[in-house]
Amino acid sequence: MSFLNDWIAWLPQLGPGVAISLQLTGMALFFGFPFGLLLAAMAESRLATLRWISFLIVEVGRGLPALVLLYLLYFSLPDMGVILTSMTTAVIALSWNAGAYASEYFRAGLSAVPRGQKEAALTSGFSRWTGFRLVILPQALRISTPPLAGLAVLVFQGSALAFVIAVPELMSKAYEISSMTFRYLSVFSLTAIVYGLITWLFLALVKLLEVRLSRHLV
Amino acid sequence: MSAPGSFSKPSWIGSGTMILDIFLTVSKGIGLTLYITAASLFFGGIVGLFLAAGAQSRFALLRLAVAAYVNVVRVIPPITWLFLIYFGLPQFALKLSTLEAAIVGFSVIASAFMAEIYRSGLLSIPVGQREAAHALGMGQLTTARWVITPQAFRVALPAIATYAIGLLKDSALASTIGVHEITYFAQQSAKQLHQGLLSFALAGALYIILSLVIAVISRRIHVRLRQKTGVA
Repeated sequence: MSFLNDWIAWLPQLGPGVAISLQLTGMALFFGFPFGLLLAAMAESRLATLRWISFLIVEVGRGLPALVLLYLLYFSLPDMGVILTSMTTAVIALSWNAGAYASEYFRAGLSAVPRGQKEAALTSGFSRWTGFRLVILPQALRISTPPLAGLAVLVFQGSALAFVIAVPELMSKAYEISSMTFRYLSVFSLTAIVYGLITWLFLALVKLLEVRLSRHLV
Repeated sequence: MSAPGSFSKPSWIGSGTMILDIFLTVSKGIGLTLYITAASLFFGGIVGLFLAAGAQSRFALLRLAVAAYVNVVRVIPPITWLFLIYFGLPQFALKLSTLEAAIVGFSVIASAFMAEIYRSGLLSIPVGQREAAHALGMGQLTTARWVITPQAFRVALPAIATYAIGLLKDSALASTIGVHEITYFAQQSAKQLHQGLLSFALAGALYIILSLVIAVISRRIHVRLRQKTGVA
């Protein structure tokens, strides 16, 4: 079982990569989800301009492969005089991508709240904003949460793309080790297992969340 | 880069001939992008059929094996699969070209997703259909071929089309192992001409157009199937 010794030797080197991958995922979700909610709110706006801007951002964010979005920002921003680290670029690209998908889930959640709730809030003397925040949003969020949690898992998998612009995340670390040891199969198998286990853990949490959120429905 | 003080427009906007130039370069990748997508959908679709059949099996061990395969494939990011296959397999003396590795990788991934899509298609067929076929004296295979599959396919088609579009976008990853598809050429022109914005915006536009084409085709097929089977 010589490969096990290799794996034990490599794990400490992969560790920092895992930390960066998780950090990247966390930041993409931290910025992406609120951005998605904003896009969803804009899509429902009375102003046609806002609706169009939201539509464009969402369609580009969802229609382009995440890899192309990443390259687009990475290769074009410096030409426009915006110099960012590759990590920041990756966070922006993944947030955009996640935000575009999230906005669709938020919209689905918002449209699932019966109209009467909004009318009731207005008649009860809530302003439009307060009614939205205290009456509509909590109900919409409960509906949107399971698909959003599923999206979070995909964002984690997508974080592997940041490898192509040299963010030192898990995939980059794996590539680094493999190009020094030439043990490609072994290194990438270990990497696949690490990704797989973390994703599995995420998925188990999502399932738990779904069960908890639907407790009152049984 | 324009010299400081000159009044020309910023270099990242690009001129008309340059746009045409880049477009011609980037569009050279359309062929392989479509080829990878179609081939992976085809092979993944066939393997997925067997997986879906296995998931319906009477043997618990087979059902467990299929479930394990589908889960293992899905929890590993596509780019890791590609690297594992392209860089890892040659150690078993199984040397694949970049294109072959991409097709094998995406077929493996597609098979797991297609199996899930077929499964949900099969679930939508009422048990009565199977019972009716049985009552008419049809064997298991005949029933599967003539009664279940046509109905399940119609139900699964929109999901298959959505997945095909996802696969089209995922195929951009093949550029990371050097397949000459759209993203690869966009990267080339971005580096050679210093036109990152234009190159990748054009590449992105191509992906969106191809996605729309897939969506329209699947809509057509769906409408035709509906007319043929005479259901709403």
